Amino acid sequence: MAIIEIEGLAKSYRVYQKKEGLRASIRGLFRRQYRTVEAVRGIDLTVEQGEFVAFLGPNGAGKTTTLKLLSGVITPTAGEARVLGHLPWKRENAYRRRFALVMGQKNQLWWDLPAAESFRLHQQIYRIEPSRFERSRDELTSLLGVRHLLSQPVRELSLGERMKMELIAALLHSPDVLFLDEPTIGLDVIAQYNIQSFLRHYQELRKITILLTSHYMKDVAALCRRVVIIAAGRIIYNGSLSGIINRYGGQKVVSLQFIDGRIPADLARFGEVILEEPPRAKIRVDRRVVPEVLSGILAGYSVEDVSVEDPPLEAVIAEIFSRNGEPPEHQVGQIPELLKEE
Amino acid sequence: MLARAATWWTILRISLEERLVYRGDFALGTLMRFMPMITQIFLWGAVFSGLYVASGSRPQIAGYSYHDFIAYYLLTMVSRAFSSMPGLASGIARDVRDGTVKKYLIQPIDMLGFLLLYRIAHKLVYYVVAAGPFALVFYLLRDFFPGWPDAWTVACFLASLVMSFLLGFYLEATIGMLGFWFLEVSSLLFVYMLFNFFFSGHMFPIDMLPGIWGDLVMMIPLQYLAYFPAAVFLGKVSGPELAWGLWVQLGWVVFFILASRLAFFYGLRRYSGFGG
Repeated sequence: MAIIEIEGLAKSYRVYQKKEGLRASIRGLFRRQYRTVEAVRGIDLTVEQGEFVAFLGPNGAGKTTTLKLLSGVITPTAGEARVLGHLPWKRENAYRRRFALVMGQKNQLWWDLPAAESFRLHQQIYRIEPSRFERSRDELTSLLGVRHLLSQPVRELSLGERMKMELIAALLHSPDVLFLDEPTIGLDVIAQYNIQSFLRHYQELRKITILLTSHYMKDVAALCRRVVIIAAGRIIYNGSLSGIINRYGGQKVVSLQFIDGRIPADLARFGEVILEEPPRAKIRVDRRVVPEVLSGILAGYSVEDVSVEDPPLEAVIAEIFSRNGEPPEHQVGQIPELLKEE
Repeated sequence: MLARAATWWTILRISLEERLVYRGDFALGTLMRFMPMITQIFLWGAVFSGLYVASGSRPQIAGYSYHDFIAYYLLTMVSRAFSSMPGLASGIARDVRDGTVKKYLIQPIDMLGFLLLYRIAHKLVYYVVAAGPFALVFYLLRDFFPGWPDAWTVACFLASLVMSFLLGFYLEATIGMLGFWFLEVSSLLFVYMLFNFFFSGHMFPIDMLPGIWGDLVMMIPLQYLAYFPAAVFLGKVSGPELAWGLWVQLGWVVFFILASRLAFFYGLRRYSGFGG
């Protein structure tokens, strides 16, 4: 059963263009120039019940705008969307009681009060029956290991602990649909891992529908089978995670370890050398010529160990981003570095 | 209905708890509010003794004696304890600018209702803390008052105070909602505060204004934030004029309830969901 149905959804903004300098600022007082930014350009998407879908894209691609449209925060310029049969931007209470939106580091909790108080307020706002509320709260705080922090003011919690409390607040009313916008942004690896594990467990248990945006490929790889890539406001890929590498990962990484400890000087004739740390080296080659490359290397040099791997997901995604739409400045030319870090 | 009342009560209770977190700052802020009163007593004391020396008789300014002035200022302090809304308009505009307004949009809650309960909680805590100092100041300055008005006047005074709270809230909320269009409302708020200071009766009794200026000021809603409740208590407005004044005040409350609701409705239609 389709839980989210989107057809031709579009959102554009009028943005004031301010040129540099005082003169331009004064001129701007009288005559302003605006530019229309098309954040989302007519996307179509269907999400079935119980799916955990990753929404990927460079900054400014339209991911968060789409989540805002689906959660009714903003109104579209064109198109239709139905979530759980509701038009999100009508903001009916019947809809608002059935979904939750968590935006990384956007605090919904009362800063000066313990999280327990905010949870109590959520119980009333969402009309959660007391025994169900207590069961949910105890279950969620135990799963996330923050039960002992319930009576501590939110301002005194660490970022990771706050994020966990935000998640609990969002899940207390057992939403059918959860929108997660960068839930692990700014968190350390342990906190990221804990939240990933919790989300995986919770989704498997409750079979809720989740749409996640994240820049951390580890989040995506750990949680989502289906990936939607959006660039410059358009969906450019909609399918399985493994399908991305098959479709876009046109190259393989060959890792070599040489017996004599020296790296051959002419290794570059087989492909792009991306790592030289004697006795180890890595070359990137077109996946169609992998057999020829391997036989050439094994025939010509004394190799102790060899392995062939797909390039890291980050590298493939970055390449897709830079090929489609506006290439984000921090991703262009970064692929070799990402490969080196593997 | 019962569930809604329980939600309101929880919002009120949590807002009260929040207000009690920073005790020191709150107590200091409350006590400091009495400071301007002391300066007013000295200022008008100096003005009237100067006039007394010059004229040799008990002087009056536009029908107000020194005692009337002090009684008036004490009462406007009470009115303003109801009608002033520090941080409301700027808070709404900031929520719009930073994107934190979205918490009211995704939860099944009415933003204006929530903010009203939040403000009621703040005011209740303020009244509890300030009741003692207020009582002491009124007791010390009791000789400046002509005496207690009758029960009907007190009832009208209380009604006008409640309406001045609602008027202050919805008027500032409407200004805050303009943040959907302008993002930053601090300059607008500054102009409003300036007008409020002069034309609500905070600085001087507005019935002192002569001719057309007095008529104009009486036509705008600001007088109901400070002057009108004080004038009711002091018996400067009575009979049909009092009843009419209360109806007009109610009219302004309804007007700004509608204005804030409309501004919120249309503001959301052009809201871009700033701030990530």
